[in-house]
Amino acid sequence: MNGDRPISTLEQAPPIPCTEECLLRPGNTNCGGCGMGVGLTMLGRALAEADDTCTLAIPACCGIVTAGAFPTTSYGVPTVATTFASAAAVAAGIATVRDLNEERGQVICWAGDGGTYDIGIATLSAAAERNENIIYICYDNEIYGNTGGQRSSATPPGARTTTTPGGKSEEKKDIMAIMAAHQIPYAATLSIAHPDDFSRKLKTAFNTPGTRFLLMHSPCPTGWKSEPADSVELVRLAVASGLFPLYEVWNGSAWRINVEPDWTSPTEYFQRQRRFKDGEIDLQATERSCRDQFKRLKTLAQEFPHKTEEG
Amino acid sequence: MSVEVVSGNHAAGYALSVAGEANRAARGASCGIYPITPQTEIVEYVASFPFQKSRVVPVESEHSAMAVSIGASLAGARAFTASSSNGIAYMVENIMVAGYYRLPIVMVAVNRTLGPPWNIWADQGDTLMLRDFPWIQFYAEDNQEVLDATLMAFRLAEDHRILLPALVAMDAFIVSHTQAETVLPDQSAVDRYLPELDLPHRLLHEDPKTLGGLAWPEVAMSLRLEIDEAMDRVDEVFGECRAAFRDVFERDPGGAIETLGTEDAEIVVVVSSSIATTAREIVKQRRAAGEKIGFVKIKMFRPFPERALREACNTAKAVAVLDRNYAAGVGGVFWQEAKAAFQGHRDDLIIQDYLTGLCGGDVTPPMIDEVIADVTTRDAETKPIWMTAP
Ligand SMILES: Cc1ncc(C[n+]2csc(CCOP(=O)(O)OP(=O)(O)O)c2C)c(N)n1
Ligand code: SF4
Ligand SMILES: [Mg+2]
Repeated sequence: MNGDRPISTLEQAPPIPCTEECLLRPGNTNCGGCGMGVGLTMLGRALAEADDTCTLAIPACCGIVTAGAFPTTSYGVPTVATTFASAAAVAAGIATVRDLNEERGQVICWAGDGGTYDIGIATLSAAAERNENIIYICYDNEIYGNTGGQRSSATPPGARTTTTPGGKSEEKKDIMAIMAAHQIPYAATLSIAHPDDFSRKLKTAFNTPGTRFLLMHSPCPTGWKSEPADSVELVRLAVASGLFPLYEVWNGSAWRINVEPDWTSPTEYFQRQRRFKDGEIDLQATERSCRDQFKRLKTLAQEFPHKTEEG
Repeated sequence: MSVEVVSGNHAAGYALSVAGEANRAARGASCGIYPITPQTEIVEYVASFPFQKSRVVPVESEHSAMAVSIGASLAGARAFTASSSNGIAYMVENIMVAGYYRLPIVMVAVNRTLGPPWNIWADQGDTLMLRDFPWIQFYAEDNQEVLDATLMAFRLAEDHRILLPALVAMDAFIVSHTQAETVLPDQSAVDRYLPELDLPHRLLHEDPKTLGGLAWPEVAMSLRLEIDEAMDRVDEVFGECRAAFRDVFERDPGGAIETLGTEDAEIVVVVSSSIATTAREIVKQRRAAGEKIGFVKIKMFRPFPERALREACNTAKAVAVLDRNYAAGVGGVFWQEAKAAFQGHRDDLIIQDYLTGLCGGDVTPPMIDEVIADVTTRDAETKPIWMTAP
């Protein structure tokens, strides 16, 4: 009846006690083997090591489901759910007020590929163009996970999704090139199979004011139709085979490659995910395009190397 | 205080800016802005205002304009924006979020026809589209009312008993671009009128909350119920905001509705926005000639001042509602609200809808005379009547 209600909008259950580095608390709702949990844990650790903290702006995606049901939450930092397209703009508003008040703490968008490559790209592009003082992390699982596995423009060619039942015929959008073209202070790719590189890049991002864009390859057993225990191995294979190169770009004008692929064949990468059908991936063409892409990056890194050592 | 001849847009830009500036000793002000005719001058005014503690963010779309204001508000700053027509339509998703997040954001809207066809003139369809959202809505008659309602909107929205966003609408060009004598209060007076914003649920590192995550039905429903309770408190808190306005600015900004001659009126003409200026004159003249006609201007549309409207029509036999808006397949929105207000109270009352001045058409004195002539002789309601200027 009127007046009987479990909770007020303006209150929330007291947080589960956790250590300072516990950005993502135990008991979240991610699927087993989800790359996001690893990424968030590494983010929390890097913040704690840097004696920093953060506010999260998360658009519609698995990352906000991770919080669990109100009034409890898995996030140990202030977190706001934004509309699907608005993470970068909401974060810009939060960061603006933080800076007006000379306060500490990063303002971080934690967004899926759908919210980044697709519906949120205008918002993100505009925030980058204004050089908003935010960190934007896209955990790229190459699919709309939250809605049950539809294609995004990050879905690689050949991958079966519920909206590309015969396998996607288009290329994956090169979001790193797009973001680098905005000449933002810092852009980098992240792999949870390379944790030291991952942490170092987070710290570089923390110490670089302006818009920072980080792209994390995020294994998704549910969408990739892979074994949860294979997650780290799969993204390791993606780096080794040149499918997901690890590199950094400063101001859209200086490049550095972090891990040289050993050119492992991507066969195993494809075979261990049932989103790819046997015999449907043109392996030769894939390997060729990986080598070409890497050659272009390598040329950029040689011609326009990043000179100063970041802190 | 100064009295200047300024446009409705200027009055709005001034009010938003001095309200933002009044929060400079607290967490400051911020807003996302994006241009659209006929409100562009408002955001241009705000963008050039010499704030001490504010950042105006010129974004790439209305959707992001509201998103930036949402972020700023969540971080505890005074936040606002302005838009119109297709801009409001484009912004809708985040307008909704501002409401359900209980953020005291103030938006000035210049009512312009939604396209297609492309038409930049006055029509309330853009903001009335938001009528079911948790936003307080005001419809201002003239430049002074734009300014006054905007300042009151901040005080009302930020009151802890309310915590809902508020919008102040004005008619395209008729008000937005018409210059008129307007009292522009000094910053120091506005500082006294608007207490520092203290958002109880702002984002805090010391007390980390997750806003907007999943909520099960009973929890989500209780949040809706809280909005309903806040809406119920608006009447009382708005009365306090009006009294405080009188104390600080030494003027009466008016209430949720304005009445004239309703104490003995048999016919009541119900209007909103700039049509009120014309309708009031006609009612005055005809009352002077001995006719029992009354006038009601609805300034606060949401929550709808139904009790005040019923009281104003106590002696009436028939009510003519003039709507500069059209809900497809139904008719005018103010008329629908009025019908609902009288339902079960005065089932004998004739409440007739007249669609006047849609898509920027002129609402002339002869048109209002024609409405009065029609409603006076009516013994039953009919479908909404489409009026064109005679
Ligand atoms: C405007 C809007 N359209 C559609 C949706 C439905 N929706 C929610 S999450 C989502 C997909 C998210 O994909 P991605 O950003 O890749 O994140 P993931 O779920 O994979 O973590 C969609 C389509 C929405 N919330 N808002
Ligand atoms: S669907 Fe994929 S991204 Fe979403 S929680 Fe499950 S594994 Fe993680
Ligand atoms: Mg995804």
